[in-house]
Amino acid sequence: MDSTAVARSLKDNISSLGYFVPEFILIGLMLVLMIVDMMIKREKTPWLGMIALGGSIIALVAVFAQASLPPMGLFNNMMAVDPFSWFFKTLFLGSMVMVVFLSMSSLELAGRNVGEYFILLTATTIGMFWMASATNLLTIFISIETVSITSFALASYLKTVKRSSEAGLKYTIYGAFSSGLMLYGLSLLYGLTGSLNIIEISKILSASQPHPLTLFISVLLILAGFGYKIASVPFHFWAPDVYEGAPTPVTAFLSVGPKAAGFAMLIRFFNTALATTEDGAIWYTVADVNWPQLLAVVSAATMTLGNLIAIKQNNIKRLLAYSSIAHAGYALMGAVLLTCEGVYATMFYLVAYYLMNLGAFLVVIICQDLIKSERIEDYRGLGFRAPAVAVAMTIFLFSLTGLPVTVGFVGKFYLLAALVRGGEQYIWLAIVAVINTVISLFYYARIFKAMYLESTDDLVLTRIPVATSALVLLAILAVPTVLLGAYWAPLFDLTVSSVKFFSEL
Amino acid sequence: MLSNVLSWIIFLPIIGAVLVLLVPRHEKQTTIIRWISAIATGLQVVLAGFIFMKFDRNTATMQMVEQAKWIPSYNIEYFIGIDGLSVSMVLLTALLSFICIFASFGIEKAVKGYFALFLLLDTGMMGVFCALDFFLFYVFWEVMLLPMYFLIGVWGGPRREYAAIKFFLYTLFGSVLMLIALLVFYFNVKDPVTGGHTFNMLHMMDQTLHQGMLSQFNIRLLVFAALYIGFAIKIPAFPFHTWLPDAHVEAPTAISVILAGVLLKMGTYGLLRISYPILPDAMMYKPFAYGFVIIAVINIVYGALCAMAQKDLKKMVAYSSIGHMGVVMLGMSGLTPLGMNGAVLQMFNHGTVTAMLFLLVGVIYDRAHHRDVEGFGGLAQRMPIYTGIVTVAFFANLGLPGLSSFISEAFSFLGAFSSTAFNLKIYTIIATLGIVLVAGYMLWTLQRMFLGNLNPKYADLPEINGRELFTLVPLAIIVIFLGVYPAPVLNLLEVTMNNLIVVMKEAPAMWGMQ
Repeated sequence: MDSTAVARSLKDNISSLGYFVPEFILIGLMLVLMIVDMMIKREKTPWLGMIALGGSIIALVAVFAQASLPPMGLFNNMMAVDPFSWFFKTLFLGSMVMVVFLSMSSLELAGRNVGEYFILLTATTIGMFWMASATNLLTIFISIETVSITSFALASYLKTVKRSSEAGLKYTIYGAFSSGLMLYGLSLLYGLTGSLNIIEISKILSASQPHPLTLFISVLLILAGFGYKIASVPFHFWAPDVYEGAPTPVTAFLSVGPKAAGFAMLIRFFNTALATTEDGAIWYTVADVNWPQLLAVVSAATMTLGNLIAIKQNNIKRLLAYSSIAHAGYALMGAVLLTCEGVYATMFYLVAYYLMNLGAFLVVIICQDLIKSERIEDYRGLGFRAPAVAVAMTIFLFSLTGLPVTVGFVGKFYLLAALVRGGEQYIWLAIVAVINTVISLFYYARIFKAMYLESTDDLVLTRIPVATSALVLLAILAVPTVLLGAYWAPLFDLTVSSVKFFSEL
Repeated sequence: MLSNVLSWIIFLPIIGAVLVLLVPRHEKQTTIIRWISAIATGLQVVLAGFIFMKFDRNTATMQMVEQAKWIPSYNIEYFIGIDGLSVSMVLLTALLSFICIFASFGIEKAVKGYFALFLLLDTGMMGVFCALDFFLFYVFWEVMLLPMYFLIGVWGGPRREYAAIKFFLYTLFGSVLMLIALLVFYFNVKDPVTGGHTFNMLHMMDQTLHQGMLSQFNIRLLVFAALYIGFAIKIPAFPFHTWLPDAHVEAPTAISVILAGVLLKMGTYGLLRISYPILPDAMMYKPFAYGFVIIAVINIVYGALCAMAQKDLKKMVAYSSIGHMGVVMLGMSGLTPLGMNGAVLQMFNHGTVTAMLFLLVGVIYDRAHHRDVEGFGGLAQRMPIYTGIVTVAFFANLGLPGLSSFISEAFSFLGAFSSTAFNLKIYTIIATLGIVLVAGYMLWTLQRMFLGNLNPKYADLPEINGRELFTLVPLAIIVIFLGVYPAPVLNLLEVTMNNLIVVMKEAPAMWGMQ
């Protein structure tokens, strides 16, 4: 590299820093948390939560300030700032804010040193930011590892609880395994194209004729990494154990944040590296690898398996774990299509999923406090003992099933619409999805059946008092779940306008 | 207010439901909740009366239309209006909802929840009959599921959990298939104004706007089949009927009335509103048309045979509904003016007659706490007024001339028999067997329960009370009045139904059939 190139690269790096403000705020938040954690006394830990909350809200403001930025590359195109990553960054911070709230009201974490916990949470969020913006094979791998490693620690945060440690270990082993596979796939891709930048890779792949089998194996191996993050079949085995064992706020976080980050990365990678577009509305695969078909099969298998196994679960966290596998399958339907409709349908669905799934986990957290149980049969009579909680849970479950008037229905509607729009080719996937909807109703119904329908003759139906803060949190999630189900035009328009990738070097 | 009377009639119950939820805990809470619900549905009846007066009987176009953008970027509209087909169903829904509120005054458990859910259900039903945007239709269609599930599941009989989830799963299965059909329509019907996609049902009915997948006959058949399954589950047509006996038997009285009186009609309404006009060629496709008739005949005969075998009075009435909905399907299948008008009239009449039957079952169940036909005897001696009303309802159900069902059933059978589009004579003849069977089991039940010696166990059974009479007498009057003079209802639907037949008969030529 001659000196002018070095100077240009340096200038690019330095000017890129200006677009990195949200990340800097989060890094600053980590440092502040670290220092405050050392300074304050044990019983004052609620302050840490407040600091984390404040920091993430400031970061959210900084992200909002980037709303109108056009797509561009940062740090010599290692990362991108574009509407697509902006959308996901907002979603990540939204889930971080909610999870901080959940953690502050969680009994499992009460009395523990939560300083490190919030630091890990912030670090995971930074990793997710990078996952949504990575445009280089190296940054892809680094960001995915950042999220994974911090998540391992979060999952096993209850050191003294056996199942939490078990969760952490399982997560680590599966994580290491799939990272290894992914790294191998990335190296094959590099070997085929000689470039690390996914935009260049796309150009080289469409110009040269790479060996289809090698490329196919490479895609398959890379999919292992993404599949692990979004918990899709056959890389889902970790999910139930980790979701059951991890502290519930962490479970809620893992099922929403890193999963959405996995989708962001998957969509960007496939739509940029392995496909090209002229108008940003329809993408065409480069080279001769029919990876959309592969994703379609993964999607169908994921939702069907997740739903079928969920039927048999008695622990509500485990049930929601399998349900979240199924939802990964639904959301993946949008990525199959290579159309703008498909991408925004997935993005919209992830927002819906964020609301309803965090809501369901919030109810689980509240119920751990109220009835000291995670078993579905212990939810019996809850509809009469804690009506507000039960009503909110019913709303979230209806939304997860995908019934109007909830945002879950709208999300599913757009996914199905994208499939039908795609023509006859993927109607089968739409039919698999709607049949899965019926299956999922069966196990979601078990929860509201327990809450309302089952005989409560042997129970004393006294009202259980619920903390006001918990009720407020429930309202924050339940009200948008219904309102966005009745009128979603602003969110829809925002999502549609966010389907813009950084794709020109 | 009267310029958007349909919006009011749809959303009045929701306002009522919100008010019900706001009633604070108070010693008179229950009473207040009941009367709020009664007033909300009462106002609905007043609006329905207004609609009945103002409805123009001489046109087949949509009336009292309201149209507004809902989700502009996806061309989803709030588009409602009524024609002759929907107006009869709107009237029926308003009437039965009002009556059912009074039939629900006996509910003691979680009163607030019950009435709020009931009113939500009411909104869903009204919405389905008024919606002209397919997306809106679907939303209303699904909105009914939640209240229905809980109303059966929480306030129902001993096997309520099973019945409620079975109902829920069956109907959801049907409606998700409808969702796919709806999307196929959306993407393959051109909006004549913008050239984009549309959910507007009136555009969908215009065959010249069909394109893409909808110009392939095979796909049209598949879409028709998907829609048919969705509607057949609601009707319920054989073999999708098995949820019905469970749901009807376990549901509380008022909910059984709504289920049989209104919800079942949505199946046939959906066929007439959506399948027939949007995919007429698929309906005219011979294997489908004859399959449809065969299912109708099975419904009639099999429903009657099952009803005859029941010991439980409520189950018997439930199976008799299956049979009578078969008559509606038979009437629809011949594409004759007589049959079509008869079918829709039968939808209305079955709504009132079956409502009476379920209410009457509720009356005796509240007193004797069982519904075993064999367990009674000689009740006529103890409860003469009750027996009188039962006799009217039973005779109406078996189609006695002079009562409302006779006219509509006769129309339906004659319509199918005289069909020129298809040769349905032999099917109609088999189906008339059902009439005999219905008469058989109704009379046999009447004899076993009310005639003979009084069962000493029930020697002091109280007579039907004023509130119960208030729910039954209006229905009995309607049944008798329409039996003598059906014109008020027939006038409403005649022009619309005749127009539908014309539209349907034109279509196959367009699609290059026959």
